[in-house]
Amino acid sequence: MIPISWYLVVGAVLFLIGVLGFFVKRNIIALLLSVEIMLNAVNLTFVAFSSQHAQISGQIFVFFVLVVAAAEAAVGLALVIAMFRNRESLNVDRSNLLKW
Amino acid sequence: MIQALFFLFAAVAVGAAINVLVQKHVLYSALSLIVMLTAMSGLFILLRADFLAVIQVIVYAGAIMVLFTFVIMLLNLPADEDGADRLRWLKFIGIPLGLFLLFLIIATVWNVKPVRTTAAMIGSPQAIGKSLFSDYLLPFEATSLLILIALVGAVVFAKKDL
Repeated sequence: MIPISWYLVVGAVLFLIGVLGFFVKRNIIALLLSVEIMLNAVNLTFVAFSSQHAQISGQIFVFFVLVVAAAEAAVGLALVIAMFRNRESLNVDRSNLLKW
Repeated sequence: MIQALFFLFAAVAVGAAINVLVQKHVLYSALSLIVMLTAMSGLFILLRADFLAVIQVIVYAGAIMVLFTFVIMLLNLPADEDGADRLRWLKFIGIPLGLFLLFLIIATVWNVKPVRTTAAMIGSPQAIGKSLFSDYLLPFEATSLLILIALVGAVVFAKKDL
């Protein structure tokens, strides 16, 4: 039997990789992929606790995270297409109209 | 045996996640993310969340990642230009701070006390369906509204002339 801490550590490492990607990468699609990594790390934590406590709520929550991830991907990629059409670039440093 | 599988899946998941960041072209990042999601479903199976593992492969690695790869190929992007020069000196602060965050999370998480419960089969489709349509009915219906909004929003954003 694997202790729950191991799963949680894997989740923490994956979450940190996601955070790192979000801050390091400049391509907006890569940023969306980093967000997906973070969501998955949280999902793993939810499932680990759910199986530990023999309660289904954690797994139900993963469903809702999944739905939000799908909605986020759809809207985010539509925004990416609109941004690419207007600027011919996906670099987030280039879209700085709102920057003071 | 189970431990070996755990280490295999965990190593593949972490390695693929690192590869997502390392790759220059965003298409390879997306393909690597699919590998990570599949390894993650293996971890779900080890945790006895069978139904979620299947959903993970079908919805995440299937539907969502197809959306990503579709958009990436549609835009036909060149390889990533390295625009990180502006942030170069931030590395010296960012890496120690990131490691500190990792240390904090692991220190918190490592002290989680194990709970002994009866190892019931809680991850079955039956159990999830029952819970989803009784206790979580309102959130379930709310997600349908969320998906509708996302659908309309995506269509509006992708229109030629807004």
